[in-house]
Amino acid sequence: MTHPVPASHDASLAHAQSFWRTWVFSTDHKTIAKQYMFTGLALALVGGFLAYVIRMQLASPGRPVPGYGAVGPGQYNAVVTLHGTIMIFWVAMPILLAGLGNFLIPLMIGARDMAFPRLNMLSYWIFFISTVILLVSFFVPGGAAAGGWTTYPPLSDRAINSGVDLGVTLWILAVALEFAAFLMGGINFIVTAINNRAPGMRLFDMPLMVWMEVAASIIFLFSVGPLIAGAVLLLLDRTANTGFYDPARGGDPLLFQHLFWFFGHPEVYVILLPGFGAVAEILPVFARKPVFGYRMIVYSTIVTGVLSFIVWAHHQFVAGIDPRLATPFSITTILISVPIGITLFAFIATLWRGSITLQTPMLFALGMIAVFLLGGVTGIHNGVPATDIYIHDTYFVVAHFHYALIPSVFFAFFAAFYYWFPKMFGRRTNEWLGQLHFWGTFVFMNVTFFSMFLLGLMGHHRRISNPHFFEALRTPEADRLQWIATIGALGLLAAQIALIANLILSLTRGVRAERNPWRANTLEWTVESPPPHGNFATLPLVRRGPYEYSAPGRSEDYLPQDAPA
Amino acid sequence: MGLESWLPKAASSFAGDVDWLLGFITWIVGIWFLAAEGILIFFVLRYRRRPGVRAAYVPARRLRAMAFVLVPCAAILGFDLVIDAVAAPIWHRIKETLPPAQETIRITGEQWAWRFRLPGPDGRLDTADDIEVVNELHLPVDAVVQFELTAKDVIHSFWMPEMRLKQDAVPGRTIRGWFQPTRVGHYEMDCAQICGLGHTMMKASVVVESREAYESWVREKAGSAQVTSREEGPESR
Repeated sequence: MTHPVPASHDASLAHAQSFWRTWVFSTDHKTIAKQYMFTGLALALVGGFLAYVIRMQLASPGRPVPGYGAVGPGQYNAVVTLHGTIMIFWVAMPILLAGLGNFLIPLMIGARDMAFPRLNMLSYWIFFISTVILLVSFFVPGGAAAGGWTTYPPLSDRAINSGVDLGVTLWILAVALEFAAFLMGGINFIVTAINNRAPGMRLFDMPLMVWMEVAASIIFLFSVGPLIAGAVLLLLDRTANTGFYDPARGGDPLLFQHLFWFFGHPEVYVILLPGFGAVAEILPVFARKPVFGYRMIVYSTIVTGVLSFIVWAHHQFVAGIDPRLATPFSITTILISVPIGITLFAFIATLWRGSITLQTPMLFALGMIAVFLLGGVTGIHNGVPATDIYIHDTYFVVAHFHYALIPSVFFAFFAAFYYWFPKMFGRRTNEWLGQLHFWGTFVFMNVTFFSMFLLGLMGHHRRISNPHFFEALRTPEADRLQWIATIGALGLLAAQIALIANLILSLTRGVRAERNPWRANTLEWTVESPPPHGNFATLPLVRRGPYEYSAPGRSEDYLPQDAPA
Repeated sequence: MGLESWLPKAASSFAGDVDWLLGFITWIVGIWFLAAEGILIFFVLRYRRRPGVRAAYVPARRLRAMAFVLVPCAAILGFDLVIDAVAAPIWHRIKETLPPAQETIRITGEQWAWRFRLPGPDGRLDTADDIEVVNELHLPVDAVVQFELTAKDVIHSFWMPEMRLKQDAVPGRTIRGWFQPTRVGHYEMDCAQICGLGHTMMKASVVVESREAYESWVREKAGSAQVTSREEGPESR
């Protein structure tokens, strides 16, 4: 078996590189990972600020928001649109898929870098340009896109409909560039995992994190085409005066919805799976036990991925599609609870008879499961057409998808971040600040979003800038819930100060990390912290799967993948 | 469950079914949710690291071990199918059938108002005594109301919380549907789909009243469509 090393690395390892080549235009997967991660986290601050504006406006409509000012209806539409867009496309995707995937895939499979390091660098810089375009769109005449993150035409089609012109064009451009960037990244992930595994590593020796990143990349690859087509048609409608979505000229607005959600629902799993992957790595290490049913989790992930392609119309039960389509799509939708249930129950079963320690990564991993469970089960309410008639486009749905996305995006990412921080930066994080960060995030997340389930049941529909305009939402009861959600959101944002403080403190004064501070099995822990450019001086020889913890007959309770028996 | 206490008071013939289904689903998933959280918390407390106690080696490579996960998930599959089997007839009644109409109205969503066209005293649409009203609709209680829903400019969504009814209004399509208001009162009809600057403000008031009161309202408004048409210039229809 031969394992060719990319030519660029023979050269790059030979001599010291300039500042620009090391930190900015780097082809090193670890640097690119950090670039993606910190760009994503910076955008999370922007998305978080927009969430703050939304919550302040809803709790006390009309009163100027400190730090922002009065929120007009047009601005409110732009704020909710950009909050969703940023959190999904510019936070979840870069930190989970590009950030963790880039850092971990080569290290975990014992490779020196990605299969295509230059393509990898190009991917980040295209993403960077898309970020700049998106941020610029806030400041152009007419303001940023204001048609919701789903940007349905005809609202997004003609400037006269939404009051926004250039902002929408920039939005489409930014999203299209971003997807081009992730396509390059995704192809890289898949090729790397298939071709560049260290000697001895079979597919079923790969850590679940690698499986999940690859599965997410494949799902993204297959689903993104229709969306890009949809976006191009929209761009043509806007700029070249075509009529793909214009019923007056034979077009159909529902076409866009199908193209959008054919991508949009698989996208949920593109985000969720890397989060599951991080949890799957962390639970065994902090329970000192093999993950429960490794192959079962792999197969249920594949089933999830396949099912995710035949559920999209559950976003459109009341959108004007033929009502006879609803029940078939409902069945496929709620069937996803089976493979997802298998994965979650396998995670819980991993804890059974373990030897559990509750350090920060483990707390966030357990928190991810605990919170996601509620997001998962409320998916049934939305996935059943008859109940969706009532809760569609209400805050019940808003609560549901925040309960699904916040654990998979933030809890899982924070778990991963605290867990791999010693490997990324060569220093340990502060445990006290980490625990504070966890409990603050966990408590305030629930305070914020549980209230939204109740507001949704009361009839609070989405994207309205002033709930007091509606009789059902003018009650003291509804006002109290609005304030609880707002105070929760303020607390949730404040809790992130603990993360920023921890980051600064640990990067400057953190205790130096040894190679394997958590006594873990996977290959990334066999190299220095942080690993040098090129990762492995000699490629490891893989002898076993990644989860041999507390194996009988050994004094140590872990057994690295490459350790001689 | 107490779920109903959060919902606006039901006011249509099928609202009870929707509420019942919401409760039914909440009970089923609620029990699963609490069981899963309970086991999770129990394991974390029970299996905290203790000196001298080593974790068990349970990789669960065999079906026998995996059964601890697969059997509950098979049960989930069963519950999924039961939920959809129970829900499908409710959806079918609300959205896939059209009971004979006692009143027929045309609803058009536009930026940012709901426009209604009703038959005048002659009971037929597209005649000289047609009624056209904006953001204000009267309906007789207990009558089966059929609607033809469309949108003029962008997508809107017809949403009456008390009726438990929502339906997007799409430009270029006419979507038929029905509901039967069962309680006299004043209701709000909102737009549930973001539709531009005035999305929040897009709201009609719907008065459900006795047959007599409704008929006197119809007489009062009869022919208003003509007036509107003249004001707006020649109409193609």
